[in-house]
Amino acid sequence: MAAVVCKGLIKSYFNGGIETRALRGIDLEVPLGELTMLVGPSGCGKTTLISIIAGILRYDVGECAVLGRDLRTMDDRATTKFRGSNIGFVFQAYNLIPTLTARENVAVPLLILGADRKVALEKADTMLSSVGLEKERNRKPRDLSGGQQQRVAIARSLIHEPKLIVCDEPTSALDHQTGERVMEILRERAVRPDRSLIIVTHDSRIFSFADKIATMDDGAVISVSENRKL
Amino acid sequence: MLWVALKMLIEERGKYFGMIAGVFFAALIITQQLSIFVGIISRTISFLEDTSLPDIWVVDQKAQYIEDIKPLKDTSLLQVKGIDGVDWAVPMYKGNIKARLSSGTFQTCNLVGLDDVTLIGGPGRMAQGKLSDLRRADGIIVDENAARNKLAKRTPSAAGDGTPIPLQIGDTVELNDNRAVVVGIARTTRAFQSQPMIYTTYSRATTFAPRERKLLSFILVKAQPGVSPAELAKRITERTGLKALGKEEFKWMTVQYYLKNTGIPINFGIAVVLGLIIGTAIAGQTFYSFTADNLRYFGTLKAMGASNGTLLKMVMAQASLVGVMGYGLGVGMASLTSVISKNSELAFRFPWQLLAISAGAVIFICIISALFSIRKVLTLEPAIVFKG
Repeated sequence: MAAVVCKGLIKSYFNGGIETRALRGIDLEVPLGELTMLVGPSGCGKTTLISIIAGILRYDVGECAVLGRDLRTMDDRATTKFRGSNIGFVFQAYNLIPTLTARENVAVPLLILGADRKVALEKADTMLSSVGLEKERNRKPRDLSGGQQQRVAIARSLIHEPKLIVCDEPTSALDHQTGERVMEILRERAVRPDRSLIIVTHDSRIFSFADKIATMDDGAVISVSENRKL
Repeated sequence: MLWVALKMLIEERGKYFGMIAGVFFAALIITQQLSIFVGIISRTISFLEDTSLPDIWVVDQKAQYIEDIKPLKDTSLLQVKGIDGVDWAVPMYKGNIKARLSSGTFQTCNLVGLDDVTLIGGPGRMAQGKLSDLRRADGIIVDENAARNKLAKRTPSAAGDGTPIPLQIGDTVELNDNRAVVVGIARTTRAFQSQPMIYTTYSRATTFAPRERKLLSFILVKAQPGVSPAELAKRITERTGLKALGKEEFKWMTVQYYLKNTGIPINFGIAVVLGLIIGTAIAGQTFYSFTADNLRYFGTLKAMGASNGTLLKMVMAQASLVGVMGYGLGVGMASLTSVISKNSELAFRFPWQLLAISAGAVIFICIISALFSIRKVLTLEPAIVFKG
């Protein structure tokens, strides 16, 4: 089964009455149980595509089914609920709430879903241990290195056991060694037979972690390659 | 999620305390200025409040407030006494008189003359002596504050500003070239003019007072049991052509006069409005800045599935916490001022209604502050989270 199926996806932005077409008919299939990377030059539409797949941006034309649900048929409320239950996020700038500790940050997705705070924090501790940060659980983001912050973000993206995880440039702010460690964790912890991982990246050093690489240019997917073929 | 919202706020100490400070100052200024306003206005009717026995005050038809004394004819008293439903009616003199102090300086005082027989209208609370001591020769009762300050004797000094020695029973005061002997010290509520209050009998007061053709200031009336004071007041007005007012009516007429004819409301009103504007500006600007700084995180929460309702509750919880803290501190400080200023010249009255008014003002500040932030959060596109 495919986690994501996009057909003829078109998305335009309007700025001062001028239309800029960000996606020009995207066709893409992301299977479950695989790590798919979206690669391509800046401005090619990667972020727009991942935003649509993650349900935080509406598309204009085409079809996009995520985990079997057509996002366009859902209203804002349903889309928000869908995101909360089914999608995990890892951001380039980590986006950890600076006033919360690592464990509190990790617990946030469960709290959004209405979990009891004590239960959420206990599960957050388990998740932090799984990414090797059990000793750092009570530290705030400012007291953690970039790699550690990204590992906290990964734990946060996994805690509610989503079926799809979207990552935006997860290693671009990290050195090579730390980036590799983060990718190893993502690969080990995030990819499961019933879950897919989509990573938007420029970082060619991490291409080897992908099962599939979709190359984009000028708002279209120009090729999809199995990693072994690269 | 409210817990997350409060942690987001509290842990950002600078902005948190900045917002609390804004609400605190607003609550303090609003509560304090309104308390002083209420205190000052209350002092305009303190004499009416201290004179508890009569149901009805009979004054000249043209009188506008308690200090607007247009003396009545002595025969008016007999007229009023003869009206059906009057249990008793007694005369009262109220006017200004100059007291010559032991230092040789003069002090303008409020002289109140009470019915010689009943002494009705006298001070309710005595610090020293008894009201009935007024029947002693040349007897006067002075108010406690005046006895300690304005009418106090002074230790000898070249400049005449020696240490005050409070007036005691047995001390003499010269009132309009008449010798008067202090026979009691009364606890009275401070009056608007802050002049010493001197009580004596009606006949003695008319002797002390400067000569005028008419000296009867008020007729104090008690309705017979079962007679409505309002009905009786109407009857007195019909029969005598004088204004007969119930106590509450007279109080309200006096308050209205001061509100309409003095700059008190506008001056205090400006201070209150400024407090509200400054509080709203400080708290609103800081709260908006806090939200703007945290927009990325609100966007992250939105992306992760937090609904607009959840985010709205979070912002409201943050605004409420700031409001409760600022209000508590502001009202607490105002209460402290109330306690400290007790028995001082500062007119400060702090009824519970002021708590409700300042709470309303703080709620207004919080809602205005939160509105801008809420708008920003609710219109937030979660897609901003993918913008580096």
